[in-house]
Amino acid sequence: MTATSPVEQVGGGVATYVDQRTGSNKFLARNLGKVFPDHWSFMLGEIALYSFIVVLLTGTFLTLFFKPSMAEVLYDGSYVPLKGIKMSEAYSSTLDISFDVRGGLLLRQMHHWAALIFIAAMSVHMFRVFFTGAFRKPREFNWIIGVALVTLGLGAGFSGYSLPDDLLSGTGLQIARGIMQSIPVIGTWMAFLLFDGEFPGTEFISRLYGVHILLIPGLILALVTIHLMLVWTQKHTQFPGPGRTNDNVVGYPLMPVYMAKAGGFFFVVFGVIALIGGLVTINPIWIFGPFMPDQVSAGSQPDWYIGWLDGALRTMPNIESSLFGFTISWNILIPAVVIPGIIFTALALYPFLEAWVTGDKKEHHLLDRPRNAPTRTGIGVMALTFYLLLWVGGGNDIIAITFGLSINSIIWFLRIALIILPPIMFIVTRRICLSLQRRDRDKLLHGYESGRILRLPHGEFIEVHQPINAKEMAVITGKTDIAPLPLPAATDADGVRNKHFQVKKLRAKLSGFFYSENVALPTAAEIEAGQHHAAHDAAIEAPLHAYEDADQLNRAHGGVLHHPGMPLTNAEQLAEDGGHL
Amino acid sequence: MKFLAARRRSPLAAVAMLLIALIGIGAGYAVIANARPAEAAAVASTETQVEQGKRLYLEGCASCHGMQSQGTSQGPTLVGVGAASVDFQVGSGRMPMAAPGSQAVARDPAQYTDDQIAAMAAYVASLAPGPAIPTAEDVNFESADAAQGGVLFRTNCSQCHQAAGQGGALTQGKWAPSLMQAEPKEIYEAMITGPQSMPVFSNATIPTQDKQAIIKYIDTLQTLPDPGGLALGRLGPVPETVFLWTAVFAALIGVAIWIGIKAR
Repeated sequence: MTATSPVEQVGGGVATYVDQRTGSNKFLARNLGKVFPDHWSFMLGEIALYSFIVVLLTGTFLTLFFKPSMAEVLYDGSYVPLKGIKMSEAYSSTLDISFDVRGGLLLRQMHHWAALIFIAAMSVHMFRVFFTGAFRKPREFNWIIGVALVTLGLGAGFSGYSLPDDLLSGTGLQIARGIMQSIPVIGTWMAFLLFDGEFPGTEFISRLYGVHILLIPGLILALVTIHLMLVWTQKHTQFPGPGRTNDNVVGYPLMPVYMAKAGGFFFVVFGVIALIGGLVTINPIWIFGPFMPDQVSAGSQPDWYIGWLDGALRTMPNIESSLFGFTISWNILIPAVVIPGIIFTALALYPFLEAWVTGDKKEHHLLDRPRNAPTRTGIGVMALTFYLLLWVGGGNDIIAITFGLSINSIIWFLRIALIILPPIMFIVTRRICLSLQRRDRDKLLHGYESGRILRLPHGEFIEVHQPINAKEMAVITGKTDIAPLPLPAATDADGVRNKHFQVKKLRAKLSGFFYSENVALPTAAEIEAGQHHAAHDAAIEAPLHAYEDADQLNRAHGGVLHHPGMPLTNAEQLAEDGGHL
Repeated sequence: MKFLAARRRSPLAAVAMLLIALIGIGAGYAVIANARPAEAAAVASTETQVEQGKRLYLEGCASCHGMQSQGTSQGPTLVGVGAASVDFQVGSGRMPMAAPGSQAVARDPAQYTDDQIAAMAAYVASLAPGPAIPTAEDVNFESADAAQGGVLFRTNCSQCHQAAGQGGALTQGKWAPSLMQAEPKEIYEAMITGPQSMPVFSNATIPTQDKQAIIKYIDTLQTLPDPGGLALGRLGPVPETVFLWTAVFAALIGVAIWIGIKAR
């Protein structure tokens, strides 16, 4: 037996002890060496996971002191400007957490900031997955789980925002109830059922509490587990690069590289949340006051992730109609129920829609660069534009007063922009993507422009092109070209009518919309020729380097450094090169 | 002059000249802008306060409010608005308006001296009865209950001025101003006169005692520390969102990129 350090002896002993009882060594040996690819954007999901852990930890602390009750009490805590005021126990216990529980305000602020970061990180992670096409086969289910997680995140956030029963949360609940009531037929019943009668009632906070601390976190935990297990078994996608194919994963092993990276990143995220939780106020409920149904504050806004819904409500024109004596509030139904419904359904179904349109049934483990899927990128930017405009609408009053604008002008700008801007952004983005593809093709065929202008002896100017390096070559050629589906025939060879002609025609047209303008990669032979061309440029330039060693300044040539014996005139040059260049 | 001559072609010479010119213009403007007309005191002794007020009114206000204060298409009538209105509007620098706009903008300092404002207030009060300038006793809020004032504030004021008194947007570019610089007398006058878009809260709606409680609560807000740290303007979720997506996300993604780069 070779000599081992005491640490190794103890470690080995423990590992053997555990292995003999659980069989863990085989499991660990297989999994600790698992390879993950490296890219900063793959860490966005990690931010979401880590901030969720902070939310759970701080939330557990808050449950020790929060009282989810709407029973009326007289405040007798240490915040003087509310002393002796009637308020719900929920609000009063939140004030106690903020002012009378040691470290309470820090943990409450960390909880809130971490929740905002959690949803923000999930959203950005989702953009990354969308724009790189990581949702394609075989990861469609994981995409749907992700959409469910974002939706649950919104629910978790909104229920938490509503719990302290301050003026903002009550205003938010009042709007939520209004949205419920706008749903035809069942709306009113649903609102009465959930609130146990009229608004605000006495039950809702305690009902919401169970949803906020048990139901939603439980679902999120379960779905996060499945989400990560799927990433584990399906392996992580990777960007195209040297040595990376659809069938391998190039990166570093989990142990020790990713353990260290991910572990370190967890503490960075935790640290950033603790820092802003301690230094930056969030949701100062003591200033907003307890919720009273007859009070409201100017500048009442939801947290950022509900902002787009609030913006949709604020932007929608005031349209109502009456049907069989019942009022249908289109002004609430469309922005707050129909539009979010369409957006979330389209989001969840997108992988299937794209696969159907493109007829693509292959497995994809190599990511698309956004430019290589111009139509998808265009759709994404279009949706993002729509979302961001609604988001701006949610803060329209703060924007109006901050920049001295008229709120009416902002609303009208948004109404028009919501219809005009997204299609413009789609077209612009798609054109930019196609142009970038052409540029990639140029780089393959002609190398990159070195920026060095060369004047040939006979007077011609050329710009020297240089061959691109192996890494860039691998990145560009990592693209997969998909041909648009052919138009179907109306009848087959025997003249029998094609039953699915209309559907197939639509599909072929959509497929063409996706891929017909795609700039295909040049063939290997073309690339070879192109690289040869760049090499030719370099060869022309090569004699110039000789000038760097020149030992004589030739006055007749405008001060050009010159070697004795080299050609001075075009005639001499031609003679030397045998009559041609 | 050799020192300057040697340096006049320096690249820094232009910058220095620009700096000197800017400081010169700024200083000159400050002197001119602060030079108030000194005629008031000289004339005041020979005319009554109301006469002085009428003269100032005809000089500075009549072009919009009319020669008889009857109002024009440019400005409302001042008959019956009372001394408190004049004291609030002129005292806060809102009147005379510098230019037509959605709403008069408060300016500090006011465009008239205290004596001139008092004279104009006396003149406008002489036209018809109206709310008088509140006395020191009216605005004495020392014994008022801030917590009760908070309830009244959130019921009557916060829908426009925001729960923290930071102000809010109204329609067509109008706004309810921030109350963070408002003085007790100003707040009281605003309540009894209803300036710009604000409704009148007469003593029948909100008795003097309640007005004092509201003033006390606003005073509390003005001096309230922020135990949570950086207050982000006490405006709630919008500045929080901006902070989240700029500072916090920049930091987190910056670290992610840093970790990603180290791997290569």
